[in-house]
Amino acid sequence: MSVEPANSPLLGLLAGFISELRAAGLPVSLTENLDAMEAVQHIPIEDRDAFKYALAATLVKNHAHWRAFETVFEVYFSLRGAEYDLVDGEWPDGMDLSDFVDGMDGQQRRRGGGGGEAMSAEQLAEMLFQALMRGDDALMRAIARQAVQRYAGMEPGRPVGGTYYLYRTLRNLDLDGVLKRLMDQARHDAPGDLTPLEERLEQDEFEARIDQLRKEVEAEIRRRLVADRGVEAMAKTLRKPLPEDVDFMHASREEMMALRRAIYPLTRKLAVRLARKRRHGRKGPLDFRNTMRHSLSYGGVPAEPKFRYPRPAKPEIMVVADVSGSVAAFARFTLHLVYAISNQFSKVRSFVFIDGLDEVTGFFEGVDDIGEAVHRVNAEADVVWVDGHSDYGHAFEVFWERYGRDVGPKTTVMILGDARNNYHASQAWILKEVEHRARKVFWLNPEPGAYWDTGDSIVSEYGVHCDGVFEVRNLRQLESFVENLV
Amino acid sequence: MSFSFADVDSVREGLSGVQYLADEGIAGVVYLAERLQKPVLVEGPAGTGKTQLAKSVAEATGARLIRLQCYEGLDESKALYEWNYKKQLLRIQAERRGEEPEGEGMWQHIEDDLFSEEFLLTRPLLEAIRASEPVVLLIDEVDRVEIETEALLLEILSDYQVSIPELGTVAATQIPLVFLTSNNTRELSEALKRRCLFLHIDYPDLDREKEIVLAKVPGVGESLADQVARIVRSVRQIELKKAPSVSETLDWARTLVLLGVEHVDADTAAETVNILLKYRSDIDKAIKEFASSDEDFAAPPVAS
Repeated sequence: MSVEPANSPLLGLLAGFISELRAAGLPVSLTENLDAMEAVQHIPIEDRDAFKYALAATLVKNHAHWRAFETVFEVYFSLRGAEYDLVDGEWPDGMDLSDFVDGMDGQQRRRGGGGGEAMSAEQLAEMLFQALMRGDDALMRAIARQAVQRYAGMEPGRPVGGTYYLYRTLRNLDLDGVLKRLMDQARHDAPGDLTPLEERLEQDEFEARIDQLRKEVEAEIRRRLVADRGVEAMAKTLRKPLPEDVDFMHASREEMMALRRAIYPLTRKLAVRLARKRRHGRKGPLDFRNTMRHSLSYGGVPAEPKFRYPRPAKPEIMVVADVSGSVAAFARFTLHLVYAISNQFSKVRSFVFIDGLDEVTGFFEGVDDIGEAVHRVNAEADVVWVDGHSDYGHAFEVFWERYGRDVGPKTTVMILGDARNNYHASQAWILKEVEHRARKVFWLNPEPGAYWDTGDSIVSEYGVHCDGVFEVRNLRQLESFVENLV
Repeated sequence: MSFSFADVDSVREGLSGVQYLADEGIAGVVYLAERLQKPVLVEGPAGTGKTQLAKSVAEATGARLIRLQCYEGLDESKALYEWNYKKQLLRIQAERRGEEPEGEGMWQHIEDDLFSEEFLLTRPLLEAIRASEPVVLLIDEVDRVEIETEALLLEILSDYQVSIPELGTVAATQIPLVFLTSNNTRELSEALKRRCLFLHIDYPDLDREKEIVLAKVPGVGESLADQVARIVRSVRQIELKKAPSVSETLDWARTLVLLGVEHVDADTAAETVNILLKYRSDIDKAIKEFASSDEDFAAPPVAS
């Protein structure tokens, strides 16, 4: 098949699509670009799903990037119909996408039957309830459309983000209330009492449907925003960092969840990689005895030198982490990562502090769920001394007093925190002493380098006594630091 | 060039004919792989049917399946080809016994002879290239080989040829359909990824899982399959060390059928959940979740 001239607007659109993907951080190479162009020619263009998967298979080579891809795809290819009276002559008719047509049909049916526009809010709510109860996708899509039209209050040109509209729409739909009603109905319909298991299953089912509805609403809002502002502008506003690039300190709740999901595979990968490195590292020094023994088979000529297996020294790690509000998430992830690869170290001890300091090594011992242990650290460690505002100086004092003698020449000390000391005494001399005794002292700072030493941050005062101060703002940086540490 | 599949739907039909229920994405990528003549890199959690996909495609198209199982330390002689050293020695000896060597010409003759196809042991990759009938090549768990060994695959993946220094280049007579699977224990190299179509197989959604159970477990009833799929979905929503895979779902469904269970209640679920989950802590967590869903319903945890 060859490129037909009629397809060229599509190719133009694809080019824009791919450059947006690159802008979102996906590494799309030239070959992959060409593959995508070729792939879409084998796909019937009116089949939207197939089109999407064809692009995904050729352009997205890492599952973690799927979400970013999906967002960009929705923006670029969420074409709208005549309903909104948009000028979209540049797109071939064939791309009027099938699922969209379905949605329209659903709505028209509604209109013919019940009069969609004239419906009251109660009727809409009732329809929503019915749709969710039966899991009717087409009806749900039509309702999402209605709801957005009715509640979002979208005005052309208004510089408000999609989240605002989403919030307005969902608030009016009162999904929590609907869920409750659905559950009541399910209980009512059941022949007997629902067992906890059944209840749970019903609830999961309804939640999945409600989630589906939420997605429809989101998609609808996105469609309208794209119609209003144009593809490029929308893509830019929706651009989200990839999970490994999300800033620890400014992650939203949703991003936090994504991060927590991302950390499991990441730690596993890191552990495998490190174990491999250890096994396949350079050869050790000459093993004289072994060489002599093998030389016997060559008549005493040491023709085949034998080497000792490398036994790289396993460092002993002490993690001292600030767990006050602003940097707590960062400390959690680092602890998680360090313990996940703790077999790479001869010993890991961890301490957390705010203005007081507590050893939390015990929480991690003999636990196989690290996430759980980290959670317990947050809940149970005794880290408040006076007022619960970070006081690095005092925390270090306590550390030195109680555990200072455990710091030895094999110990690597990792200090995690933003060094925002609330203008307390810095007690930097302690770090100097620690550095003197320890093998290495590293400071990991989750703040961007530009903010260091502004306000009450005294990173460099501590930093002069460290072997290295690193900016660690996201998983990518954290992973590379930990790998180098081993 | 003829293709075994006319369009995406026929891929799906073909696969469901051999009891593999493909979703839109899987079918689309298989279709594209054949059209674009590109290998497919299949990634995803363990036990979601990555290897099975290759097997099923082979079965559906009637092609021969050639499988290369990857492991650490895999090398050229195990993956590509090897000279049959022992046979070569025999050849030399036979030559000696027959007649006295007659200078240069004789030597040349033996040498040419020694490195001919007769003494070549083909390994999976070369075999797939040389086959004259349609072939599906499965390179299983490609993430297990070292990153250096990956380079072995590059020539075959992009050009469908193997270079043997003594013989020259062996090009494919027909383009094999190649599947690589990866459990994602390490990042594969860019070079490898670039040459492949990428397919992520995730846990199936409710309806597909139910269909899979119905198709694969003999004697399972519609309502039991539905329940099994629902419970597994709920279990996967709990934060676990290892979420149940499709194969574990099937094992569980088989167990329930064997036990003659028609309807899964909380007790049966708790008793048999060790087939679904493999970690002590996961099992405890799941049982706790199911027993206590009463309480957390007071405030429905609607995800934001």
